[in-house]
Amino acid sequence: MTFQYGLFMFFAALVVYGAVCVITLRNPVHAVLHLVLTFFASAGLWMLLEAEFLAIILVLVYVGAVMVLFLFVVMMLDINVSETREGFVSYVPVGFLIGLVLLLQIRIVVGSEFFGLDQYPLPVPRPADYSNTAELGYLIYTVYVYPFEIAAVILLVAIIAAISLTMRRRPESRKQMPDKQVKVKADERLKLIKMDAVVSVDKKDQGDDV
Amino acid sequence: MNDLLFDHLGFLPDPAALTVATLMKILLIMIPLMLGVAYVTYAERKIIGFMQIRKGPNRVGFFGFSLWGLGQPIADGMKLAFKEIIIPTNANLYLFLLAPILAIVPALAAWAVIPFSDVMVLADVNAGLLYVLAMTSLGVYGVIIAGWASNSRYAFLGSMRSAAQIVAYEIAMGFALVGVLMVAGSLNLREIILAQQVPLNLFGFNIITSGWFYIPLFPLFLVYFISGIAETNRAPFDVAEGESEIVAGFHVEYSGMAFALFFLAEYANIIMIATLTAIMFTGGWLSPFDGLLNTEILSVPVLGALLDSGIHWLFLKMVFFIYLFLWFRATFPRYRYDQIMRLGWKVFIPVTIIWLTVECAGILLEIEPWFV
Repeated sequence: MTFQYGLFMFFAALVVYGAVCVITLRNPVHAVLHLVLTFFASAGLWMLLEAEFLAIILVLVYVGAVMVLFLFVVMMLDINVSETREGFVSYVPVGFLIGLVLLLQIRIVVGSEFFGLDQYPLPVPRPADYSNTAELGYLIYTVYVYPFEIAAVILLVAIIAAISLTMRRRPESRKQMPDKQVKVKADERLKLIKMDAVVSVDKKDQGDDV
Repeated sequence: MNDLLFDHLGFLPDPAALTVATLMKILLIMIPLMLGVAYVTYAERKIIGFMQIRKGPNRVGFFGFSLWGLGQPIADGMKLAFKEIIIPTNANLYLFLLAPILAIVPALAAWAVIPFSDVMVLADVNAGLLYVLAMTSLGVYGVIIAGWASNSRYAFLGSMRSAAQIVAYEIAMGFALVGVLMVAGSLNLREIILAQQVPLNLFGFNIITSGWFYIPLFPLFLVYFISGIAETNRAPFDVAEGESEIVAGFHVEYSGMAFALFFLAEYANIIMIATLTAIMFTGGWLSPFDGLLNTEILSVPVLGALLDSGIHWLFLKMVFFIYLFLWFRATFPRYRYDQIMRLGWKVFIPVTIIWLTVECAGILLEIEPWFV
């Protein structure tokens, strides 16, 4: 058993452990943290495949940004754990069915007849100064430039849609308008009224009060 | 450094020699870093003291001499090491203890790829820039988990603020670095520095420091450094621990060494951002006189070594940027939360995108400062 094989087993075990915990743990925050662990271990596996660019991007984008926002949302939600567990047993068969279908689909697409050792020979180990970032960039911007651009446009549409969904006007919510705050003049806010220091009071009224 | 250490361990079998050499190199980075962290806290208190016409720490010294309070960080460290770590009731024990570890590990791990001079680098990897970015982006987990696991409203508010802030400024930071790697044409930090070696030639004169990236990328340089301050949760962006509002933010429930780890992580990150700014925008270990002096001056015994490129220039630049961190803290009042968000999303990101466009045009049209 080589050192690399040991590393592979370690990361693979972490991925499986993390993924199982994500769906079994009751506390959603713990589940998200295990998802982080899964991503991290997958990045380790990709690193073993000499895909260092993808591995680092996985950590940077998913662990460093996406999962942070996930945690942010999950921590803010006040999820009643027992409520989400209601009817768990009745959903189990459906869940298993869907899982089975997904597993079959994955098997059809990435079966050994397409990705077996006879189809894909072992990759040639690259020298240490081989930059797969440059290689990837070269492929993306030449051979696969149209699919890449289309994917970018689809993502842009999704971003705009998500933002426009949250941009609906809500009259009940108050918000700050910094531009108006900056432009405001003193005489729009403040009204100075000149008046005498002492107001003369009618003698007769005063007498009535006393 | 690499070969020297490795060769002296020739009596060991190769894998063992490699391991021992690497561990020794890690120690060579870690020990000065930890000492640096300790004395940055001292420098902070002393410098801000002077700026506010106070004395700062001036009592604790060594062997009965007060020595301007130089013993203060050691005394603080000893005190923290022997304090009890109090775990709040109903806190999530594992996550509560995991959070400081998650804060310190990325802060230290990022140092693996930092080139201290042309030969002094622990791991000279291709995607060094990306690695640094990935590691610094992991630091936020320590903050978020600490806030959540503490079972305290103040800590939770602090961690929520910091999460949103760090994610916002990371984008501007990433974009600024895209500008750097476009000019340098590499993700390797050593090559990024070497790309700054060529001085700009204007009207037949070589201008001092003109090859450094802060000139062609000036807006990105500003955006990067300011985002770095926001990323490390330092004043004026320190809403994560705004004392006047939420006591101490995410680490309000921490004491003893657990608190000390957050503290170490914060200052290690400050030194990290200062180093990265020095490397990516002001030429790292390069001397400002690089390529301008003839060999006669460079061969003068001490002066020549001082004027030549070397690790001392990197340290000088780091000290300058760390000083800026402290100066800002003494100068600026804390930003309001919505102002922080506005600055990050509506000012910095557009500025970086515009400057990237300018840079693209410069490279395409082969205009001098961007295209070398």
